[in-house]
Amino acid sequence: MVDVALQSRALVSAEAVTRAKALDRLRLGDAAFRLMTRSAAMGVLALLSAVIISLIAGSLPAIKTFGFGFLVSESWNPVTEKFGALPAIYGTILTSFIAMLIAVPIGLMIAFFLTELCPPWLRRPIGIAIELLAGIPSIIYGIWGLFVFAPFLQETLQPFLINTLGNVPGIGSLFAGPPYGIGMLTSGLILAIMVLPFVTSITRDVFEAVPPVLKEAAYGLGCTTWEVVRNVVLPYARVGVIGGVMLGLGRALGETMAVTFVIGNAHRIAASVLAPGTTISATIANEFTEAVGDLYTSALITLGLILFVITFIVLAIARYLLMRIERRIG
Amino acid sequence: MPDTVLASRYAGRRRSNNAATALAFAATIVGVGWLVLILGSLLWQGFSGLSLAVFTQMTPPPGSSGGLLNPIVGSLILTFIAVAIGTPIGILAGTYMAEYGRYDRLTSVVRFINDILLSAPSIVIGLFIYEVMVAPLGHFSGWAGGVALAVLVIPVVVRTTEDMLTLVPDALREAATSIGLPRSLAIRHICYRAARAGMVTGVLLAVARISGETAPLLFTSLNNQFWSTNLNQPIASLPVIIFQFALSPYKDWQSLAWTGALIITLAVLALSISARALVATGKQS
Repeated sequence: MVDVALQSRALVSAEAVTRAKALDRLRLGDAAFRLMTRSAAMGVLALLSAVIISLIAGSLPAIKTFGFGFLVSESWNPVTEKFGALPAIYGTILTSFIAMLIAVPIGLMIAFFLTELCPPWLRRPIGIAIELLAGIPSIIYGIWGLFVFAPFLQETLQPFLINTLGNVPGIGSLFAGPPYGIGMLTSGLILAIMVLPFVTSITRDVFEAVPPVLKEAAYGLGCTTWEVVRNVVLPYARVGVIGGVMLGLGRALGETMAVTFVIGNAHRIAASVLAPGTTISATIANEFTEAVGDLYTSALITLGLILFVITFIVLAIARYLLMRIERRIG
Repeated sequence: MPDTVLASRYAGRRRSNNAATALAFAATIVGVGWLVLILGSLLWQGFSGLSLAVFTQMTPPPGSSGGLLNPIVGSLILTFIAVAIGTPIGILAGTYMAEYGRYDRLTSVVRFINDILLSAPSIVIGLFIYEVMVAPLGHFSGWAGGVALAVLVIPVVVRTTEDMLTLVPDALREAATSIGLPRSLAIRHICYRAARAGMVTGVLLAVARISGETAPLLFTSLNNQFWSTNLNQPIASLPVIIFQFALSPYKDWQSLAWTGALIITLAVLALSISARALVATGKQS
């Protein structure tokens, strides 16, 4: 009797021990998994910090040599090791500006078409087509720009601009010079085609998020379709649209391959938008592997740092605006 | 008198409405047509060069015929490395954000930073990897190219993993907890399974994103005219070969560049379409 009781107690305690062990193992596994996921999340933060730190470290020699003058100097001479970022910054901003000037109105009008005018059966195919096109790699746009688009512009649009707008006093110098085919304007146009899908799909999404009640009320008052879009949809979706535009701008500023093919890589600031120029990303892509000497490499990395800071600010504003509209909808 | 004023005002409103509608139609035709034009010329130029030789022969010296076997294999290897490194990190980080720290400060910061990484210029990522992997080791390498692409994979996977896990209904988690399943097992066996289609989609989208990336490879994995699978050496990749061949003066190289561009585009389109199909079937079941 006693034996049995003892035995069973021993059994029970043995079971309890294994049970406790198993629970401990599970608890340990749980804590380990949680730690792993948390460190991976921290890793994303560490990644961004590492990018910034390494860029700053790499650009120190150039910053020490040129100081603040790097930002405003126009010279770029690898032989005498005199470097300045101004032509590249100017080219980056000008090409992106041309791109947004064209892509934003077209993107807004396409979004207007898709949300208000398009027959429902056509809405999905066009929407999908636009989203698929957003995924086409930029090098495809580059090769198309070099072989098809630039020769086409050289023969049609550019002579036309030179012969008409080129003679207008005031803005004439913007369209002066020979039609090279490649150059700032061509790069801007290609960037416009590239960012169009981004701008369109985000604007469409924010247009669709406008409460139908608002639109119906406006229609009920007798507004035309255009008046509804102009006075109800656009004001309501304004923040989201600006966010989408900034997101497209961020893409355009940092875009490398599509531009590198057709920009012409000339380190000078020309008055004419038809002239070849350069952008930050195109300069890095073209010259980095051939850069001889620490100062040359460092100057290119400094360009990268400038680009990163510019796009970071633009993208941060874009995300902030889009987050605001998401919160309002959600 | 007021009647005619009203009528003319109404006519004016109708005119501006018609004008805006016409503009919207025109914009859609121009926008979509332009993009169709690009794809059309790509098909036109690329298909003429497409043959079996493209997939079986090495890149040629200028002036002779050849194929794209070494860059195709190089691209596959680099993509594989990038996915192998980037996916686990991305999934773990996304898991933390959706499961453990959904309402954390950390999560909202990570989400913000991740969204910025998602559209950060890829050439800057190339510079970063050059600084930390190429310059210290003193040579360009396939590993550096793979890691650079992995940096681009991570944000895509983080984003989709978080989104997909957030969609998993809480009732599933509660049921798992109520039968005594520890949190980590519940996540791995219940939530991952429920969100699997969406998470695979994320990886597919990431592959589509990196398969055409050129800028981060230019000064990490560099390029190689010859057959090489040594990851400590420069390795050929399709985008970089396209870049080099397209800018060369040789006709053979240029037509190979078009063919390469066609292959990449078809691969990217196939990946994004299958990702879409996957999401669609996931929604139905």
